[in-house]
Amino acid sequence: MHELSIAQSVVQAVLESLSGTPACQILKVRLKIGALSGVDADAVRFCYDIATRDTRLEGSILDIETLPVIIRCSHCARDVQLPDPFRLRCTVCGTPSAQIVQGKELEIDSIEIQDYLDKPLEAGP
Amino acid sequence: MTPRIVELRQGILKKNDQLAAGLRGRFRAAGVYVVNLVSSPGSGKTLLLEKTLAALKDAGIRTAALVGDLETENDAQRLARSGVPVRQIQTHGICHLEADMVERHLKGWDLSHLDILFIENIGNLVCTSSYDLGESCRVALLSVTEGEDKPRKYPSLYHSADVALITKIDLAEVCEFDREAAHASLLDVRPGLRLIETSAKTGQGMEEWLGFITRKAVEPEL
Repeated sequence: MHELSIAQSVVQAVLESLSGTPACQILKVRLKIGALSGVDADAVRFCYDIATRDTRLEGSILDIETLPVIIRCSHCARDVQLPDPFRLRCTVCGTPSAQIVQGKELEIDSIEIQDYLDKPLEAGP
Repeated sequence: MTPRIVELRQGILKKNDQLAAGLRGRFRAAGVYVVNLVSSPGSGKTLLLEKTLAALKDAGIRTAALVGDLETENDAQRLARSGVPVRQIQTHGICHLEADMVERHLKGWDLSHLDILFIENIGNLVCTSSYDLGESCRVALLSVTEGEDKPRKYPSLYHSADVALITKIDLAEVCEFDREAAHASLLDVRPGLRLIETSAKTGQGMEEWLGFITRKAVEPEL
């Protein structure tokens, strides 16, 4: 299971993105995880508390949007969303397609923070 | 103060991806073709690699191998018998190789003296698929003893492959291996995927595999 590594990468990336910004509380972290990413959203949720412990992200909410696979069908000339488990073929005409429009995402979409403008800067770990 | 949203829109594995991109540049500059072998444990990566390294050496092609395992140097010792440079990457519990592990284990090797570098990943059908190692080609193995529907059960790994080897084909009959179902399962998760059936033990299909990889090494766009 590599979801602990994934959760730790999230923590590291968020902390790096906030380096140099005034002290703030991190309320929420939003991720996008595609069905073809090889990463299981539930397992990331499970590991998040461990990965955030003793960091500025401790106590923050993890919000994961899981994205189904969408392929482009050249025959129908349109994008088709696939059920899970999927075959990479158009659900309408059956033509196979390796053209992935969505499903490989493994992204930090955004974070929600609360600035401490009235407080002195805090040194975070 | 009301909370505010900061959009990051960045890959979770950005760090690994950046390192991998750096490695890919180094490999290209040195003219070395890099093959990442992925599969479940016991599907025959090490034997395939043993035979591959020996055959390519005989053909005058300069190879080296990095081999990943959680513990032990057993596989590196096996592969070193071929006489080509081999290094073991011990991950001590981590279930996949990452680009920085590859980078660290390349220290001291002159890549420009190599034609093909093989990286035998950790035996794992899930985690290895997410980590780019800077490879030129990802080869996924499916052994006939595993069950024909494995690609559909683990789509992200087989989807990420550039070629699939169906290994231990000499055992196909005793395992009542359903070739058609296995091919269909692989093509379901990666339409158009190149499939090669091999037995490293009997040599069946090895010529096709070696031909494929040496042609690719000379002309990666083929």
